[in-house]
Amino acid sequence: MTEHTNTIIVIEDERQIRRFIIASLENAGLQVYSAETGQQGLIEVGTRKPDTVVLDLGLPDMEGVEVIMQIRSWSTVPIIVLSARTDEAEKVKVLDAGADDYLIKPFGSAELLARIRAQLRRRSLATEGNSNNGLFMFGEITVDLTRRLVSKGAEPVHLTPIEFRLLTVLIRNTGRVVTQRQLLKDVWGPSFVESSHYLRIYMGHLRQKLEADATQPKYLMTETGVGYRLVN
Amino acid sequence: MITRPDPDQLLEKIQLDDAKQKRGRLKIFFGGCAGVGKTFAMLSAAKIIYRENIDVIVGIIETHGRADTERQLEGLPLLPRKTMLYRGRDLTEFDIDAALIRKPALILIDELAHSNVEGSRHPKRWQDVEELLAAGIDVYSTLNVQHLESLNDVVGQITGVRVAETLPDKVFNLADEVTLVDLSPEELLRRLQDGKVYIPQQAEQAKKNFFRKGNLIALREMALRRTADRVDAQMREYRADQSIKPIWQAHDRILVAVGSGNEAEQLVRATARLAASLKADWLAVYVETPALQKLTDAARDAILKTMRLAQDLGAETATLSGTEISTVLLDYARSRNVSKLVVGKPSRSLISRFFSPSVTDLLARDAIDVDIHIVVRQDETKKEYQPNIAIRTAFGLSNEQASQIKKRGYIWALVASIVASILSNLLLHFFELSNLIMLYLLGVMLISAKFGRGPGLFASVLSVSAFDFFLVPPRFSFSIADTQYLLTFVVMFSVSLVISNLTSNLRYQAVVANYRERRSRVLYDLGKQLASALTSSHIVEISTHHLAGIFQSKIAIVLPNSHDKLQEQQADLANSKIATVDTGISQWVYDHQEEAGLGTNTLPSSAKLYLPLKAPMRTRGVLAIEPETISEIFLPEQRQLLDTFAAQIGLALERVHYVEVARDALINMESERLRNSLLSAISHDLRTPLTSILGISGILKAQADASNTDFNDNQVSMINALYEQTFRMQQLVINLLDMARIQSGKVQLNRQWQMLEEVVGTSIRMMRPTLVKHQINVSIPVDLPLLQFDAVMIERVLCNLLDNACKYTPENSVVNITAIKNGTDVWVSVADNGPGLPPDRELQIFDKFTRGEKESAKPGVGLGLSIGQAIIQAHDGKIWAETQIPHGALFIFSLPIGTPPTMPALEEISAEISAETSEQVKE
Repeated sequence: MTEHTNTIIVIEDERQIRRFIIASLENAGLQVYSAETGQQGLIEVGTRKPDTVVLDLGLPDMEGVEVIMQIRSWSTVPIIVLSARTDEAEKVKVLDAGADDYLIKPFGSAELLARIRAQLRRRSLATEGNSNNGLFMFGEITVDLTRRLVSKGAEPVHLTPIEFRLLTVLIRNTGRVVTQRQLLKDVWGPSFVESSHYLRIYMGHLRQKLEADATQPKYLMTETGVGYRLVN
Repeated sequence: MITRPDPDQLLEKIQLDDAKQKRGRLKIFFGGCAGVGKTFAMLSAAKIIYRENIDVIVGIIETHGRADTERQLEGLPLLPRKTMLYRGRDLTEFDIDAALIRKPALILIDELAHSNVEGSRHPKRWQDVEELLAAGIDVYSTLNVQHLESLNDVVGQITGVRVAETLPDKVFNLADEVTLVDLSPEELLRRLQDGKVYIPQQAEQAKKNFFRKGNLIALREMALRRTADRVDAQMREYRADQSIKPIWQAHDRILVAVGSGNEAEQLVRATARLAASLKADWLAVYVETPALQKLTDAARDAILKTMRLAQDLGAETATLSGTEISTVLLDYARSRNVSKLVVGKPSRSLISRFFSPSVTDLLARDAIDVDIHIVVRQDETKKEYQPNIAIRTAFGLSNEQASQIKKRGYIWALVASIVASILSNLLLHFFELSNLIMLYLLGVMLISAKFGRGPGLFASVLSVSAFDFFLVPPRFSFSIADTQYLLTFVVMFSVSLVISNLTSNLRYQAVVANYRERRSRVLYDLGKQLASALTSSHIVEISTHHLAGIFQSKIAIVLPNSHDKLQEQQADLANSKIATVDTGISQWVYDHQEEAGLGTNTLPSSAKLYLPLKAPMRTRGVLAIEPETISEIFLPEQRQLLDTFAAQIGLALERVHYVEVARDALINMESERLRNSLLSAISHDLRTPLTSILGISGILKAQADASNTDFNDNQVSMINALYEQTFRMQQLVINLLDMARIQSGKVQLNRQWQMLEEVVGTSIRMMRPTLVKHQINVSIPVDLPLLQFDAVMIERVLCNLLDNACKYTPENSVVNITAIKNGTDVWVSVADNGPGLPPDRELQIFDKFTRGEKESAKPGVGLGLSIGQAIIQAHDGKIWAETQIPHGALFIFSLPIGTPPTMPALEEISAEISAETSEQVKE
């Protein structure tokens, strides 16, 4: 395997924050380029072909959502959003626009690194394609996507069709926050997007079957008020 | 034949039933005569109910010293009577306020027809009863047949004793239950003899007058008949209810035309009886023509009284206006679907009616689809017609001025005939006599036109006399040689009569027009000023000023505050135009939306009239008016004007109210927007530097934690402290911003059906860094229902509770999170085994900036719990703290379960979808 240094682009107007992000990412051995404005950031993303973009929402020249949509028009590069706004509607808006993850300020460097790594892993998984024969693993769980089989350790786990579909959607988006709306639409269909309690109940079922402790899940994470995320 | 129920009638019945359910029930113990045992029967019935543990109270009972009754009264709770001072004597009276406050299930009130002592709230006891019924209290009461309004005159004729205390038939008819208490006259007389009815001396007196056997039989018959009528009506109603047999009759509706004469009252009573016997609705109308407007005040008051009597007897009343009574009546009758029209017999002679047909004649001629009933009048007295005071005052003439003008008229009549005589004497040689008489005629005509009938007639007499005396040969004598001048005399007389009539009519019409114009002008003025008023106090000022001028009265307008209580009067009491209001009465008027005080049924002894200022949406205040002379506001046209003003003021107040509401909403929106932008600005400005500090200290910490660190131990511990403090500061900022958001206005909840375990999970995850040294156990039943809450907010509550638990307990303590279903709530508890809460501060700790330990080294400002409380309260839940045994703190919050959404056939849906999707996959 060739040594590939992952490239990250940080778009952030606050100098101090930019500095600490760059410092912590470089410490972790990542190649970092930075931009102060949205326009500059778009140029950087276009020319550097990064592996992940870290984007601050409160840019002086452009709306963060606008930046995301422009990037999404020609690239599938993972985007992690940084925001000082806490309201869930804003998060959902950003995620629906195409962002993969978000972090609320203030956040720790460890947290940011973990999120970036998750995106990088996802990306490498996607580029490797079906190299592991449609098998997906997290913790003790093995999911055979082609044969629709799930097992926990050596024990087979029986999932209902809905549960399996829910799991596959999450697997397809491993590491990404998938909004409730998106999950409902993909699993139940467009007419069920308002029935979020369906989702919660089935998520509960999945956790009961797959997690060691359903109240303190390790893989099927809840992003309160926003959606769910599968962590591996 | 109509075979199906009349929908209107059914609707009316449903509405009546509805109203009845909310109202209390009235049961009347009805008897033919005093002493038959009504009160006794009522008490017996009440006792049976009282034994069933129903809240019965005796409102007022007169035992008249009857031993049986007094015995029966024992054991029932009594409502204390109110003592009222009346003409120097203390009188006890039923205390309606005490009864309304006490609000029993059933109240006993003797003598329904009783008149209350002057100064009571209502003049009549049955009005008290109405209020009790409206308040949902059941009432038992007693009544003698002679007190029924419609039978009052009949009983009076039979017994020769007419009672003053009467009860409108409507009350009797609408009573939910009537029980007849019957006793044969023989038995009654025996009881009278035994002294059971009256004490012996009174008994002897009574026996001679009222208690004659003939009277008793007649009264008994009337009571029986009246009860039978009721039973019959009930039977019919029952049949209608049960649809046993379709006997739907076309509904009769009777219209009685009330006139100005004394006989009007008889006419009304006769119609009431007719309506009762036909089970028909009836209407009483008074048609006011210009001629009738000229009636004296007394006559008009009499008409009003008659109309009120009709209303009491159950009629719907209306005052119409028009020039031709018969046309107005027939039009109204047609519009209201009246089948029978009742009028009095015409009083004038046949010949006079030939020239000017009476109303009855015209009705008989024009009526097409209405039966005309003519009721014979009895004593007939000619009425004196005098111009009405209101009109005269409107014209600016007082009685004295009018008579002075008349006096001057006679003098002018004399002058005119003298002038005519002088002129004709001078011209005698040049003109014929027949031409000279024209001079006299001119004089008569001018006088008639100018001064009216009296002076006109006087002038014609003078003129004829002078003409005869001075001009007709033989001159200077009255002997009429030529009888042909008799014709001259007649003509002159007629001319004077015709012209004076014409002028007086003309003048009258001018006065009326003037009055109307003045009225519309004041209405217009007030309307214009009210339209430009911007605040309610401005409206009050304008209205007070205007009304005081128009009605020559003292005025006050009281407005309610936001709690529907009328405010204290703010106005300057020294101002002569402002009346002082009785807060009690005005509040009553406001609450009941009915008028009270002077001239009404409620507290008529007050010197002021209180009117509710009704607007389309609700009552906006109360108008009190204290007239100098009563006629200022009680003449129909003045009263009408006053009502119009009240409506206009109400409307203006409502308009201003809505302007204020709109402005408040705008201000609210604006301040909400400002608050939000301020909060997000602060939020942004606090978070940005905090992010840098946290991030940089994080990098330092990572370097310090590394094995090959460049830092010495001292530096490492400082870096760790820096990181920890920054992390706490972050928590604090989040809490402060949350609190600011919650405190700044309504908590906007995004309530959805959530699984509790999910939120517990995320809270633990969020608090993981602080909880590393604690052991956390979660116990949530799998079958816990979905709960409707805002996940982010509840997460906040749980985080704060967890934060507290680890802040106030030593390392390695155990924190238990438990949820249980408790009735209609789910209780979520966070318990620790630490030192527990400071004693007796279980409630205080929820206050803002209150902390478990004062001045402690533990971080935090004491916001966590109060935020939690605000959030839980917004979810209609409760949060509280307890101390555990042997030690430890326990925080519990409850959330209502509500009705979770049903999840019908979830698996079927999923099966269906999966089938569908697998097909898609195949494709």
